[in-house]
Amino acid sequence: MAWTRKILRIDLTSGTCTAEALNMAWAADYLGQRGLATKYLSEEVDPTCDALGPDNKLIMTTGPLTGTMASTGGRYSVVTKSPLTGLVACSNSGGFIGAEMKNAGWDMIIFEGKSPEPVYLYVENDTAELRSAAGLWGKSVWETDELLHKTHQDPLLRVACIGRSAEQGCLYAAVVNDLHRAAGRSGVGTVMASKNLKAVAIRGTKGVGNVKDPKGFMDAVRAGKQVLADNAVTGQGLPTYGTQVLMNVINGIGAMPTRNMREVQFDGAHKISGEAMHEPRKSDGKPNLTTNAGCFGCTIACGRISTVDRGHFSVENKPEYWGNSGGLEYEAAWALGSDTGVDDLDAITYVNFVCNEDGIDPISFGATVAAAMELFEEGAITTADTGGIDLSFNRADTLVKLAELTAKGEGFGKDIGLGSKRLCEKYGRPELSMTVKSQEFPAYDPRGIQGMGLAYATSNRGACHLRGYTVASEVLGIPVKTDPLATEGKAELVKAFQDATAAVDSSGLCVFTTFAWSMENIAPQVDAACEGDWSVDKMLEVGERIWNLERDFNMRAGMTADQDTLPKRLLKDAANVGPAKGRVNDLDKMLPEYYALRGWTADGQITPETRARFGL
Amino acid sequence: MRVRLELYASLMGYLPAGANRHATECELPDGSTAHELLDRFGVPRDKAHLVLRNGVFLHAPERDAPLLVDGDVIAVWPPVAGG
Ligand code: SF4
Repeated sequence: MAWTRKILRIDLTSGTCTAEALNMAWAADYLGQRGLATKYLSEEVDPTCDALGPDNKLIMTTGPLTGTMASTGGRYSVVTKSPLTGLVACSNSGGFIGAEMKNAGWDMIIFEGKSPEPVYLYVENDTAELRSAAGLWGKSVWETDELLHKTHQDPLLRVACIGRSAEQGCLYAAVVNDLHRAAGRSGVGTVMASKNLKAVAIRGTKGVGNVKDPKGFMDAVRAGKQVLADNAVTGQGLPTYGTQVLMNVINGIGAMPTRNMREVQFDGAHKISGEAMHEPRKSDGKPNLTTNAGCFGCTIACGRISTVDRGHFSVENKPEYWGNSGGLEYEAAWALGSDTGVDDLDAITYVNFVCNEDGIDPISFGATVAAAMELFEEGAITTADTGGIDLSFNRADTLVKLAELTAKGEGFGKDIGLGSKRLCEKYGRPELSMTVKSQEFPAYDPRGIQGMGLAYATSNRGACHLRGYTVASEVLGIPVKTDPLATEGKAELVKAFQDATAAVDSSGLCVFTTFAWSMENIAPQVDAACEGDWSVDKMLEVGERIWNLERDFNMRAGMTADQDTLPKRLLKDAANVGPAKGRVNDLDKMLPEYYALRGWTADGQITPETRARFGL
Repeated sequence: MRVRLELYASLMGYLPAGANRHATECELPDGSTAHELLDRFGVPRDKAHLVLRNGVFLHAPERDAPLLVDGDVIAVWPPVAGG
């Protein structure tokens, strides 16, 4: 059955660790990971609670295929109420800790309350205990990881932890695992810090058994791996160029958000692209990219391992940054690069290292810096506010400085840690914040990719590309090519992507498999592993149920349907160049149809019929 | 007419020596097609997954249509994706 059927509940207030049975009736309706943890959150947490107060809970959760031999079966998620958006947060990460948690015998760890002192959770199979983190508080992710490995004298220990940014209240702090994989978005690390929980260190040696039909599972997994290997994207494109191959594509179609989304093409894109990461540097003849890397059990291996040029100003006299570390993904490269106007590959690689080192979401960080740069250009922020830092667009030295300050919560880094929305409000220009529901945009301008506008506006965690990645269809032709500038049919497309992604995010698999796999490839793997009937239709039904549950949590948290919108800039100011020249995002043409397809009222409320259909 | 060909990712190997990172320019007879441009540089048609003319995707039939005009930029990728 792939589920271990066991939950570890940690009461941080009293310091107790208790095992309990997984609610299998809920598992049958919500599968695992994103869906199942959201069900627990929804049942146990008052959606109106203070996200950073003791009444919020933080759930680390695996899917039924996490830790199995399925390709990419190493995913885990962190689910909580977000301090950035005030809505449900679900941040998904790869690496190895999800599989380790499962190998230790746990489907889920629920943290509740607040510890009186900094602690970390140590788990070794059935043994779980809270230990003092007095010596870890104030340390970076990388230092914490090293200290825990030394303390436990176990090189195979897997660690997920927060850095200094979370401790200092940065509202988009991440939980970083395995040094450079992150549950990155929506400030899940900030919630962890609010509970005085520094780290989770896990060692699991039990293996993952309980597969319903072992022979059928092996057959389904083998067939799935063959599809990934034979597919040009998952077999060649992603391992070679990573997600960063998109830099030139998205720039080419005129949907590259640039300089706080004022422009839609970045003249420096080719300097910071996936291809540029392969080019030998002038100084030492080595490329930025050292090698690719995979998460647990992954046969795609899209991860990047990179170096910064030792002579670059950002790492001069800092040998601790001269080695290999987690390199740029497209989202980070976009936010740190084109959105700030910085085209210095070494600078943005270094800043990406800093984001990993201290647990900062690079998307929200880069987008907030971009907003600060526009506020500075407009005169709303001056050097008197920044401690003398010139926040002009395009300045790599400014980007580097702000990353170092935000990592430690010092100086103007405190303001950057507020996120774009609160920063722009603080300085009196809220319209300059490029956010939906207080979360910063990812790397696709919805004027040039219309469906993404609807996906952003309706995403249950604020602006996000991973809730419904219609870029696959609108730009990349997966599974079928649609016109990125058309609005017809996009409501249906967005809904289909949202529901399918919610199901995949609940399985333990990586959503990048869906560049090659359809639900026809995924459902048989889940079905062979898990008791019950997990047909394609059931998976999609579960996905839709999860979507509605998240919406319901958000509405109960106080969200209103008028927040299903985009910043005025994207609705009123037309794109200035490229194929989308003259276009805004036509959200109003898509949103009513989307509500109707969802079975919601014209003002975005879930109808009683829809509630009944999904048992909400 | 003069058109610009841009090749990305694994297709960069088809650029002639001395090409500028991703791009090369060439003369083509009026009424040429995108496929003819690819043939000129030996880019296998089946590897040209994303073909953009001035940023706009060309569907399969359009790649055989004589729609190139002077100053066009044709940018080509193999199957790629990210996120
Ligand atoms: S495809 Fe990339 S992100 Fe997904 S599991 Fe594999 S290496 Fe990790």
